[in-house]
Amino acid sequence: MYDVIIIGAGVSGCASARELSKYRAKVCVLEKAEDVCCGTSKANSAIAHAGYDAPAGSLMAKLNVQGNQMMERLSQELDFAFQQIGSLVICRDREEMPNLQALYDRGVANGVEGLRIVEQEELRRMEPNISEDAVAALYAPTAGIVCPFGMNIAFAENAAANGVTFQFDTEVQDIRRTERGWLIETDQGPFEAKCVVNAAGVYADAIHNMVSEQKIRITPRRGDYCLLDKSAGSHVSRVIFALPGKYGKGVLVTPTVHGNLLIGPTAIDTEDKEGINTTRAGLDQVLEKAGENVKDLPMRSVITSFAGLRAHEEHHEFRIGEVEDAAGFVDCVGIESPGLTASPAIGVMVAGIVCKILRLEENPAFVGTRKGIVNPQELSMEERRQLIRENPAYGNIICRCEMVTEGEILDAIRRPLGARSLDGVKRRTRAGMGRCQAGFCSPRVMEILARECGKSIREITKAGGASKIVVGVNKDVL
Amino acid sequence: MKTYDIVIIGGGPAGLSAAVSAKKSGTDSILILERDKELGGILNQCIHNGFGLHTFKEELTGPEYAGRFIEQVKELQIEYKLHTMVMDISSDKVVTAMNSTDGLFEIRAGAVILAMGCRERSRGALNIPGYRPAGIFSAGTAQRLVNMEGYLPGRKVVILGSGDIGLIMARRMTLEGAQVQVVAELMPYSGGLKRNIVQCLDDYGIPLKLSHTVVEIRGKERVEGITLAQVDEKGRPIAGTEEEYECDTLLLSVGLIPENELSSGMGVELSRVTSGPVVNEGLETNIEGVFACGNVLHVHDLVDFVSEEAAAAGRNAARYVQEAGRRKGEGPDAAAERAHYGAQADRRNSVEQGENDLCKAAGRTVEIRAVDGVRYTVPSRINAERMEDIQTVRFRVGGVYKNCFVSVYLDEVRILHRKRPVMAPGEMEEVKLKREELLRHPDLKAITVKVEEV
Repeated sequence: MYDVIIIGAGVSGCASARELSKYRAKVCVLEKAEDVCCGTSKANSAIAHAGYDAPAGSLMAKLNVQGNQMMERLSQELDFAFQQIGSLVICRDREEMPNLQALYDRGVANGVEGLRIVEQEELRRMEPNISEDAVAALYAPTAGIVCPFGMNIAFAENAAANGVTFQFDTEVQDIRRTERGWLIETDQGPFEAKCVVNAAGVYADAIHNMVSEQKIRITPRRGDYCLLDKSAGSHVSRVIFALPGKYGKGVLVTPTVHGNLLIGPTAIDTEDKEGINTTRAGLDQVLEKAGENVKDLPMRSVITSFAGLRAHEEHHEFRIGEVEDAAGFVDCVGIESPGLTASPAIGVMVAGIVCKILRLEENPAFVGTRKGIVNPQELSMEERRQLIRENPAYGNIICRCEMVTEGEILDAIRRPLGARSLDGVKRRTRAGMGRCQAGFCSPRVMEILARECGKSIREITKAGGASKIVVGVNKDVL
Repeated sequence: MKTYDIVIIGGGPAGLSAAVSAKKSGTDSILILERDKELGGILNQCIHNGFGLHTFKEELTGPEYAGRFIEQVKELQIEYKLHTMVMDISSDKVVTAMNSTDGLFEIRAGAVILAMGCRERSRGALNIPGYRPAGIFSAGTAQRLVNMEGYLPGRKVVILGSGDIGLIMARRMTLEGAQVQVVAELMPYSGGLKRNIVQCLDDYGIPLKLSHTVVEIRGKERVEGITLAQVDEKGRPIAGTEEEYECDTLLLSVGLIPENELSSGMGVELSRVTSGPVVNEGLETNIEGVFACGNVLHVHDLVDFVSEEAAAAGRNAARYVQEAGRRKGEGPDAAAERAHYGAQADRRNSVEQGENDLCKAAGRTVEIRAVDGVRYTVPSRINAERMEDIQTVRFRVGGVYKNCFVSVYLDEVRILHRKRPVMAPGEMEEVKLKREELLRHPDLKAITVKVEEV
């Protein structure tokens, strides 16, 4: 019997788990995938939004601004990549200036600091590659970029270090009320908890509807992205947005914390909660729209494309709170953009609600800091030499595009909630995320995974489940 | 900081041949840096035969071919470091490298030979839409899994791209028990060698569909199928021509990209056509004393030509350090000097024009213009004074040409007009220029290499 079970190990689930680990409570996170950060949290724009988009007075606006304000300190405490590079919303038509002004006003109302409208000349100085059509922009210095995997994994590892249990490959099938709380049926057997947090992303409606008569609906809204080589990474130096339209913030162009250039997303509603397939039309739209605000984009430098699903709730608002007809069942649903930014504040809010329900006491043993995987590229020559002397695996490059060493990969596998698949290693170390897209390093990472996990190469997967890399040995059917 | 006369980046076929040649040209202080666990580079996974017909007049497998050069490297006692990644090369030739025994270290090089090879274009670079399941491999990755590790990447295979590795893998996967259903090629012609189409596809009844591409990948965890479609002359899929294939594996053989991140990092000028360095007659880049050869320079079809080209780079690098030594008045040891002068003198006697000019980079450099079907040439500029007696100029054509001529012009004067029954982008072409002939045109402005129709 757990005090709290959180369904979903995405960024809101893990942020909530980490906040709850500040209290004396037995907490467990159930995740249907093989790792944390496998759904919406892994495929998004990786932006820390400033907070001028959401309607004034909305929960979304409040948590966005709060989350943004928490980000810098949190990134230091939990050791994940965050760069406050600022953002620009580009206005390309004088007639739309009132819309830009409205965005500014809303930002001010939402409590966003440092906003100002920059005119053409200054804009060009700030971003020489901005479209010739650009007439002005809303500059938000508090916006930034984060590593979405790094942040999600950091929350999870810190939660685990403070006693939270994680159950992977565990899919919730049904939830029933019991005298003492909730019984959760899964494909790995039953789990019981006094309190349940529903942080199931695009599946949050299914989970919610298991316990409540007030049905909700989450629409997966697909976003296609293209990622460009690091050689294109400095094409712009801030997050470049289009003036928002009906379907969200439009196509953005941004550097990533790892020095690539990211363009996207589309906004295409789908029925399929696993429908993360890009389409030709979607990718073409990304390439076309990205070029509207930023000129001379080196499209030849695309190294990969991907799609993610936003968990769109019909009111476009975060729904966070105890479900009316299901006491002890807390929803954390509709977490679409700016969900990543808001996640630190979402975690605090969810933990506050749960804490009140269960009357939890503080956990005096809570340790709020966590060290990530050492990135040798951030070290000085001498520090790096010392690291290799202490552990020669840091002298052995496995992923030559991203210069990832065996030492980092071993750490990714061996640490708590360690990587079990190629994608798990990739999200933690970037091995395979570079320009050759794992062509050279995947056989070597497979070898390390097999050795470390005591498995055969044949059992190694790309991302758990049925995603095995090799299917047999040579001539086995001859 | 340790110093070597020549540091060679990469111990594949190019690096090995360059090392052997540089050593034989009289330079002793040579270091090869290789990132993999053994010398030989990509040849180690090319276990099929057909290598060395030009160089050794016999058919060898890739590892055997590499072995011939590795033996020479060992006999000549050329130093090499394995498991060693070059992290950076500065424009003044300080090489920063790393391995687990020496840690992170720097080496000052008199000359650098870039021989890093190439990488395969990935699915991402093609921007093929669909899911991103397991079961999508570049042909070379699959080749490594099968040939070096003994694992079968899949059982029902579709191959996109008819590059040589893809063709070779169509045969290999078949031999290992997989069913290769089709090879699809975006272009109206194959990107691979004719002999590979015959020996790897035709002999096994594997269809090659030209002007086709993959328009969709299905399967969320593992590939379950793909859709092929015919493309129009601009490479766009034609609606209504879609064909679905059930498969668990998609291999990609859609082009090779010279790996020039280190080169561009040190300021080497790259060609937009080849993605390799722009080089002169000595295969020297825009940075003095930095040479390039093999697939990092331009993608080759046959390793024999890599070895030949790399040998030239090795000779030229040796010459460069020896001349640099003399300029500084601290020349190489006497034996090396004798060997060097001997070789140079033999070669040059016939055209000696009182030019005791080994030390001066004299003479004018002219551009080689690649036009009318010739996509590029390597080298792309030549200094007649500095060139060897016979200079091989390699190039590729941009389309399929039948019964055409390859012509070379010195300004307006056609000096070569050679009939070629068939030329295709998948096969490298070459012409040879004679130093003697170029020297007869002292006011030469440009050399032109072109395809001429009958």
